[in-house]
Amino acid sequence: MTNMSGKFSRALLYSILIVFAVYYMLPLYVMVVNSVKELDEIRQGAMLSLPQKFTIEPWLSAWSTAQIGVDPTGLKPYFINSILMVVPAVFLSTMLGAVNGYVLTKWQFPGHRIVFGLLLLSCFIPFQIVLIPMARILGTLGIAGTTSGLVFVHMIYGIGFTTLFFRNYYDAFPTELVRAATIDGAGFFRIFYRILLPSSGPIIVVTVIWQFTNVWNDFLFGASFADADSQPVTVALNNLVSSSTGVKEYNVHFAGAILAALPTLVVYIVSGRYFVRGLMAGAVKG
Amino acid sequence: MPYRAKLQDWLPRLVLSPSVALIAIFVYGFILYTSYLSFSDSRMLPSYGLVGFANYERLFGLRHWETALTNLAIFGILYIVICTVIGLTLAILLDRKIRGEGILRPIYLYPMALSFIVTGTAWKWFLDPGIGLENVVQTWGWTDFSFRWIKDRDMAIYTVVIAAVWQSSGFVMAMFLAGLRGIDGEIMRAAQIDGASNFNLYRRIIIPMLRPAFLSAFVVLAHLAIKSYDLVIALTNGGPGRATELPATFMYSYTFSRNQMGVGASSAIIMLIMIASIIVPYLYSELKEKKA
Repeated sequence: MTNMSGKFSRALLYSILIVFAVYYMLPLYVMVVNSVKELDEIRQGAMLSLPQKFTIEPWLSAWSTAQIGVDPTGLKPYFINSILMVVPAVFLSTMLGAVNGYVLTKWQFPGHRIVFGLLLLSCFIPFQIVLIPMARILGTLGIAGTTSGLVFVHMIYGIGFTTLFFRNYYDAFPTELVRAATIDGAGFFRIFYRILLPSSGPIIVVTVIWQFTNVWNDFLFGASFADADSQPVTVALNNLVSSSTGVKEYNVHFAGAILAALPTLVVYIVSGRYFVRGLMAGAVKG
Repeated sequence: MPYRAKLQDWLPRLVLSPSVALIAIFVYGFILYTSYLSFSDSRMLPSYGLVGFANYERLFGLRHWETALTNLAIFGILYIVICTVIGLTLAILLDRKIRGEGILRPIYLYPMALSFIVTGTAWKWFLDPGIGLENVVQTWGWTDFSFRWIKDRDMAIYTVVIAAVWQSSGFVMAMFLAGLRGIDGEIMRAAQIDGASNFNLYRRIIIPMLRPAFLSAFVVLAHLAIKSYDLVIALTNGGPGRATELPATFMYSYTFSRNQMGVGASSAIIMLIMIASIIVPYLYSELKEKKA
């Protein structure tokens, strides 16, 4: 009897888990199958069916010929913009975070706790609060509407999180090692390069993934500070999907959405473990 | 070499100073600047004539702002509650020695890697009555089936909840799962030996022990809810009409398209106050605990 009910509750448990898996997969499934269908098929209410006639056309269109803004360029140039923005922004904010974390744990000075608190708090501000002055400053600096401007913005607002990650990681690193090296005459940078950095692999991966995902997926800064020719792919995708002129090419929209999501999805699939660790470190602070 | 020693002494602070300066200017300086603008007569461009609380008075007299706040309340509460319920349920179920956990967990979590613009696009067309769910169910034979929340002024805000919960609930699951895995197995075994039923075990022992996870989940979700912008833009663009306006979309349109920068700045300040009242006490207690 208990065995029976045990089996039943196991079955129930698995069914619930599978139902949720279907729920989470559904939008991705919808995007994928409809991105290789012809438009007529989608209009006939076959959104959940597999394509009757497979076509790669929507993907080609989303990538290189779809109308975005005024030009029929596809997402390609914007995808490149995103790459040009992400790489330096991630590199710079990660570097700053690493040295900040090092100073805040191994070279503590009076008031280091307050400095950390203020850096940390900066992670959570609603960015609406900086939009107006930032637009002006970027203009003054001559980088308004450029990719460099976006790199600058993302670097600044990444510092809080990257510092948090490295600080927590270095906090657990034995301070005796640093002290011993100081006694041996090693200086500030030497200790960092020779002792801390070589063992920072995991936290660098976590930080890079976190920053990459955030910067790639950003929309607000891209929409506020980019010109037509420096827009990141998220902004271009939104323009593609919400443009009110012409026929709505759902299949192209879906292909475009997958293209825009692909880099972060690939990172997630390849290194999900580190991705989750970053999420948790961002959530459970201190 | 006293000179070298002195440099070594200052080097750490010197290295930290660019970051501190950037944050001081671009975060705290900008907050001050925006608060100043919220008391100014700025319209299309910043202007520095002070007008007292006039912008705030206007703001709270605006129907749009009232809609944005009401929507935030509906959206925020449902988003937090549903994410927590789904996240906790999935975590508890997954923690019961499930075969295939390694496959299920990443499936629950991957939406977190996507941009809200992608999520918005997918749900926008999936919920679209013309080609999405309604149409599909009708072609299955239920010709009366109707599901047009996304086009309905009274229901559209709930579609934002649906999409946002889809994106974040897996993350909440991961937070609770980490909490559950941190609980000592001995406690569970002792309670089971005492004859506690599974339900009571969770209700009386395990869920109370997850308090820190509940708190973190609440703080993260609440601050995401207040900041929500991209998802609404991609899913409904604030519509139909202004039915899914949130404070973040309100701030953007008043500042940049309606040339009422003073009002826009004051709405940004209100958003900051909302977030700060959640985040500051949380960070304060977290950092203090660490010290003790």
